[in-house]
Amino acid sequence: MHYASMLPALAPLLILVACKPPPDQRHHLGAANPVRGRAVIARAGCGACHTIPGIWPQGEMGPALDRVAQQTLLAGRLPNRPDLLAAFIRDAPRLIPGTAMPAMPIREEEARDAAAYLYSLERR
Amino acid sequence: MRQPISTALSVGDALAGWPPPVLDPAGPYAGSVVMLSWLLFAMAALVVAVVLAALWIALFGSERTKHKLGGPWLVWTGGVAFPIVVLTGLLVWGLALTSNLTAPLRGDEMRVRVTGEMWWWRIAYLDGSGSPVLHDANELHIPVGRPIVLELEAADVIHSFWVPRLSGKLDMIPGRTTIMRIQADEPGMYGGQCAEYCGGPHALMGFVVVAHPAERFAALMAARRTPAARPPANADAARGAGLFRTTGCAACHRIAGTDATGLAGPDLTHVASRLTLGAGILPNNRGTLIGWTGNSQAIKPGNRMPAYSTLPAADLRAIAAYLETLR
Repeated sequence: MHYASMLPALAPLLILVACKPPPDQRHHLGAANPVRGRAVIARAGCGACHTIPGIWPQGEMGPALDRVAQQTLLAGRLPNRPDLLAAFIRDAPRLIPGTAMPAMPIREEEARDAAAYLYSLERR
Repeated sequence: MRQPISTALSVGDALAGWPPPVLDPAGPYAGSVVMLSWLLFAMAALVVAVVLAALWIALFGSERTKHKLGGPWLVWTGGVAFPIVVLTGLLVWGLALTSNLTAPLRGDEMRVRVTGEMWWWRIAYLDGSGSPVLHDANELHIPVGRPIVLELEAADVIHSFWVPRLSGKLDMIPGRTTIMRIQADEPGMYGGQCAEYCGGPHALMGFVVVAHPAERFAALMAARRTPAARPPANADAARGAGLFRTTGCAACHRIAGTDATGLAGPDLTHVASRLTLGAGILPNNRGTLIGWTGNSQAIKPGNRMPAYSTLPAADLRAIAAYLETLR
């Protein structure tokens, strides 16, 4: 077989394949930055209750957050929308009264970054 | 598992960063240790360079060079005379340099007793006669620019007290009191870490030293001597105060001014004003407070506090609300 001779013909295809698939609009968070989000999660100590890939510690008080992007619901109640996830991270009792998860001392954009990090775990 | 990075104030801060804290002294006691280290590094580098050069000559040098350099005289000078002179000089210089670590005490220094426990630090500020005036845990507050004398003890196994930027390491040995000096020349926070393997969660046994300007420090100590416990401000906190008694927290934790008098675990009289939870490993906020109370075993496996998996969310929230009032 002469694969090498096929390469020129394949080149346009390779370029197409090399492109990332378009971002999932369902989880679009504007300017939110998952890298900053990871730092926010570490600094706020979310790992005290949740097992989150890439974060220490790996608490077991609440649910593991390794597949948030695939979930249909958030916390079993809310539709899985980025704005709701960010709002829930920042002030959970406002959305679900009675939850053990308290309001966290982070700003709105930090909550969006944290949400972006959780959604970024989709393909790990 | 990843190393703790959750707070920039404690375990992570003691060991990570650039320059490495162990080479970044913040006071005279760490300063002399670091100075000695640099000289030893330089000496070691020099000796390695000379040995490698000699090896290169032995392997690839011409016969003439080998004949000129080799012979018994080299053994006598390079192998005997050189080490005797250099090591003797180094010993004298090193002892003089680090004499501040062991110089006699003046007697009027501020004293703090630090007891290593599995796997946290019991802190007792002492008065002139050596009796405790204030109890705390996992956090040591000091005034800047003054030497502080630490009486190091251990309650169970050998631990080692180490704040890399303030001094060297010193073992804490059960049944003995060892004296260590620390001093910080700038206000700030200095991470510390147990430096002697002491069982399971040894790596998660951290603490923070906070250095304050003199007047701030005096005000802080005065405030801390008045118990923080007062009638809880809201209904949640009041219910939490009751739960603290009835669910057994008070059996191990003391809160001055209340009937919580347990001594097995860290003193919680001012827990809300601490920088960290779990001995220097978590930031201190309501979320981590609830997480630690509910299931500290997942965070710091093997620590002596059981997981309270039987408490409903409302109870955990109430206990956290109460603890948050203890500033």
